[in-house]
Amino acid sequence: MGYSKRTNNRGFDELRKIEAKTGVIKNADGSAYFKIGNTAAYAAVYGPRNLYPKFLQNPSTGILRCNYNMMPFSGTGERVRPGPSRRSKEISLVTEKALLPVVDLKEFPNAVVDVFIELIETDAGSRCAGICAASMALADAGITMKDLVVAVSVGKVDDKVAVDLDYDEEAYEDGPVSDIPLAIIPSTGEFTLLQMDGEISKDDLIKALSLSKKVVPKLYEIQKKALSEKYKLYGSDTNGNEE
Amino acid sequence: MADDLKSHLISSFEKNIRFDNRGLLDFRNVVIEYNVSKNAEGSVRVKIGDTEVIVGVKLMVDKPFPDTPDHGVIMVNTEFLPMANPDFESGPPGIEAIEQARVVDRGIRESKMIDLKKLCIKKGEKVWIVSIDVCTLNDDGNLLDASALGAMAALKVAKFPEYENDEINYKTHTNTKLPMKKQPVAVTVYKMGKHFFVDPSKEEEQNIDARLTITTTEDNTICALQKGGDFPLTLDDIANMLDIATKISKELRSKL
Repeated sequence: MGYSKRTNNRGFDELRKIEAKTGVIKNADGSAYFKIGNTAAYAAVYGPRNLYPKFLQNPSTGILRCNYNMMPFSGTGERVRPGPSRRSKEISLVTEKALLPVVDLKEFPNAVVDVFIELIETDAGSRCAGICAASMALADAGITMKDLVVAVSVGKVDDKVAVDLDYDEEAYEDGPVSDIPLAIIPSTGEFTLLQMDGEISKDDLIKALSLSKKVVPKLYEIQKKALSEKYKLYGSDTNGNEE
Repeated sequence: MADDLKSHLISSFEKNIRFDNRGLLDFRNVVIEYNVSKNAEGSVRVKIGDTEVIVGVKLMVDKPFPDTPDHGVIMVNTEFLPMANPDFESGPPGIEAIEQARVVDRGIRESKMIDLKKLCIKKGEKVWIVSIDVCTLNDDGNLLDASALGAMAALKVAKFPEYENDEINYKTHTNTKLPMKKQPVAVTVYKMGKHFFVDPSKEEEQNIDARLTITTTEDNTICALQKGGDFPLTLDDIANMLDIATKISKELRSKL
């Protein structure tokens, strides 16, 4: 028995369909759209800009401030009340911690870089989609970064280790489920986000985390392609061919 | 500085010039994209030039208000997301967002476009609640008309979720749409100096003297008004603005 077939015959190491774009919000200094399956996130970056109230300022470096928000109609069930919730505040915090290791704001003491993440629709994996979009938006804004950050969820559904769980899998009832959102710096393989809920053995956890190695390069390529595509529009591509 | 921009805008208007090459009574390109969020009962993305909003409709079942026990309920909420404009701040809706939500709400409510009695499930106990949420993605002026148009479009495509044994199954949607009778459209006419214009860019919007939002239905019935801005309007101004709005509302309605 066990869990044998994913929606749309998706392989257990296969990501849902992904769409990524940058420069989607004209007013922002940098922005990106990242959609994976039916989870779609926008991220907009404003800054470095002045930070008020003044006591929040850090004279030795600029600070990163992330805000994760679900649009009221984006949830899988009832309407989500607008405004911050305990959940969205926690996700904002872990998103910030996931991105902080790659950004360098030393040149902007007392300033803030604001990252606003908005979910227009969700089908599990929304914090990961938000982090993918945010890291692209930061790069688009020209913030000094040593790498992008790639985020994806892994987990175990009944007896199968899988990547990029959707809502039905998270809610699977005929066996144990574990959902592990994680973020990785692709160039070093280091984890910058790691959370889990559900139940899993130590061996399976390592197996699940290792499985992420298979899809991280794919996500990384998609992010880089979306970034380069924005600038291709204005000139020639990397081979020197006019578009 | 701001005064300089304003006098420059006015002297340009005199020569019938706008910074983006439009006529004073021209809208920017309007694009409506339907069903952009699958979890909403109805959703749209509306773009007017670089202004972009997403509107979603959620349907819920709850108790009616005691004074209208057999009427469904409509709620409009606007979120000026800080993503859309560097001047918008996080937090509960500010006064501008609240005004805008109420103007959109008034157009829908007073036109009686939705037959609220048909939203009654059990008198005094259970009615459908129609919640319309407007979220801004990018603000380049005229969020108001974009939001009202988006609300109308989202209501038009919204479908009821399955409802059985007092429970909503949001996973399955029926083919039943909301009981709609009319299509109100809001057009805001702006005044700067002695000039009237529509669909302002951000720069224009920040320098207006007065504005009048006029919501009309297909038969030109006016169902809601809202005057804004710091300067007064004369009766002639108002008559002029009504003429402009009635004409433009037809153009906008044809995009739905």
